[in-house]
Amino acid sequence: MTIYLPIAEVSVNAFLLLGLGGIVGILSGMFGVGGGFLLTPLLFFIGIPPAVAVGTQANQIVASSFSGVLAHFKRKTVDLKMGWVLLAGGMAGAAVGVKIFEKLTEMGQVDLMVQLCYVLFLGVIGLLMFIESWRAIRRSKDKAYKPRKRPEKGWVHTWPLRMKFRTSGLYISAIPVVLVGAFVGVLSAVMGVGGGFIMVPAMIYLLHMPTKVVVGTSLFQIIFVAAFTTIMHATTNYTVDAVLAILLLIGGVIGAQIGSVIALRLKAEQLRILLAGMVLLVCFKIALDLLLTPSELFSIAQEVVR
Amino acid sequence: MRRLLLILALLLPLPALAEEVVLGLSQDEVAITATFDGSSILIFGAVKREAPPPSDAPLDVVISVQGPIQTVTVRKKDRRFGIWVNTGAVEIDQAPSFYAVATTRPLAAALSQTEDLRHRVSLDRAVQAIGAAEEAADAPAYLAALKRLRIAEGSYLIREGAVALDEETLFRTSIRMPADLTAGNYRARIFLTRSGTVVDEYETVIYVHKVGLERWVYTLAHEQPLVYGVLALIIAIAAGWAASAAFAMLRR
Repeated sequence: MTIYLPIAEVSVNAFLLLGLGGIVGILSGMFGVGGGFLLTPLLFFIGIPPAVAVGTQANQIVASSFSGVLAHFKRKTVDLKMGWVLLAGGMAGAAVGVKIFEKLTEMGQVDLMVQLCYVLFLGVIGLLMFIESWRAIRRSKDKAYKPRKRPEKGWVHTWPLRMKFRTSGLYISAIPVVLVGAFVGVLSAVMGVGGGFIMVPAMIYLLHMPTKVVVGTSLFQIIFVAAFTTIMHATTNYTVDAVLAILLLIGGVIGAQIGSVIALRLKAEQLRILLAGMVLLVCFKIALDLLLTPSELFSIAQEVVR
Repeated sequence: MRRLLLILALLLPLPALAEEVVLGLSQDEVAITATFDGSSILIFGAVKREAPPPSDAPLDVVISVQGPIQTVTVRKKDRRFGIWVNTGAVEIDQAPSFYAVATTRPLAAALSQTEDLRHRVSLDRAVQAIGAAEEAADAPAYLAALKRLRIAEGSYLIREGAVALDEETLFRTSIRMPADLTAGNYRARIFLTRSGTVVDEYETVIYVHKVGLERWVYTLAHEQPLVYGVLALIIAIAAGWAASAAFAMLRR
């Protein structure tokens, strides 16, 4: 069954969109990532104009993240205080990011920068997570291994402005939390994604938050970032396609619920190694696009109706 | 005597009006609904004439349908430092979103160069980039790429020999419009030609528009963007909550 999308002005198979939304929703519920880094390239691939894909996926991410965060709220695996502090940094970062994006657009190399950002961040984060979680899995199999005690006082613990984050069981400075939020905010505005795939590892490895809490908290702050992005795109570019979003989010919200159930059944390190694998796969695909000779050198970039 | 001349002049029609198009369309509007999957338009008609057709040259029918004119940017990739980067861009300001030309015989035979220049019928004349030569040295390559890409996706059609003509009087052809159609006025033109010269021209408009939900969504998005954005968010939040509630019920 094909559906004509009123804003995108293309006709696509409705079941294909439901399926795409579903897959991304499962990932969202499992890993606490919005799934934008996966969904946006997939939408390009099925022929949705890039501007509409970027604008609409933000709306779909609101839905799947909201569905996911409710499931996490029930299990009390959302650190609200941490979420708010991250968000404060995130919004400031996003505002700066939008300015950077404008500058890049003027220079005409925004596509390339976005792709390079993807390769760089996905590659580095994916690789680090993969190595770390692989070691953790080997350790858990080795019964004789005694876990090395994590240093109680890392660099983030010596800074002033300390706050208690009960749900995470942390008593750390608010400064690194805001900085992590801001950094992710900048990147998400430039790359057009929610930023979960950067946020999640940053929370685990920089802030030392327990993995179980990380997913819910990340989803919580992604909702706000994605909602902000949706409104921005709807009012400035008119590129949010409600029909496309509804089809994606029906699949997405169901997927997110399934994902959060799967997440409970898996061990933390298994969850991390899967996410690392996913991130590396997308990174590899984008790197390939940059390196291989394209079959078509020309592309029709933007269309303006007179 | 003068009066007789006047009557004669009135009686003798101009050569160009000796043959006239009488046109029919299977539909003069295309409604884009939610399940729109492209549309075929049957263009048919007859040649009306007062005198028997001249026998020196065969009659040809050239039909063109043109969508709204748009400005598009064509980009070209090149290898820089080992990676493929968009290096060049050319703005093409006369690019219809849809263009179809159907003829009885190859276009070069049915329409002379001069007439093509005057009426801009062939694809090369219909799609143009004014001032593109200043943007890039190889601007024609960009223009050719645009046509090639659009032909591949079915937005530009060249159907030489697709117009059926019976007894030099009845003609018909069918034009397939793709599913990803841009709304607007589509200009349909029918030319009758003899030995490449236009004998008669007829023009009409096919109105392509969105209806129902499609129209409502599009209008709201453009006229009330903030309301639309907030509405999209409410739908997203509601759907998220509904799925969560449904799964909670299922687990109980």
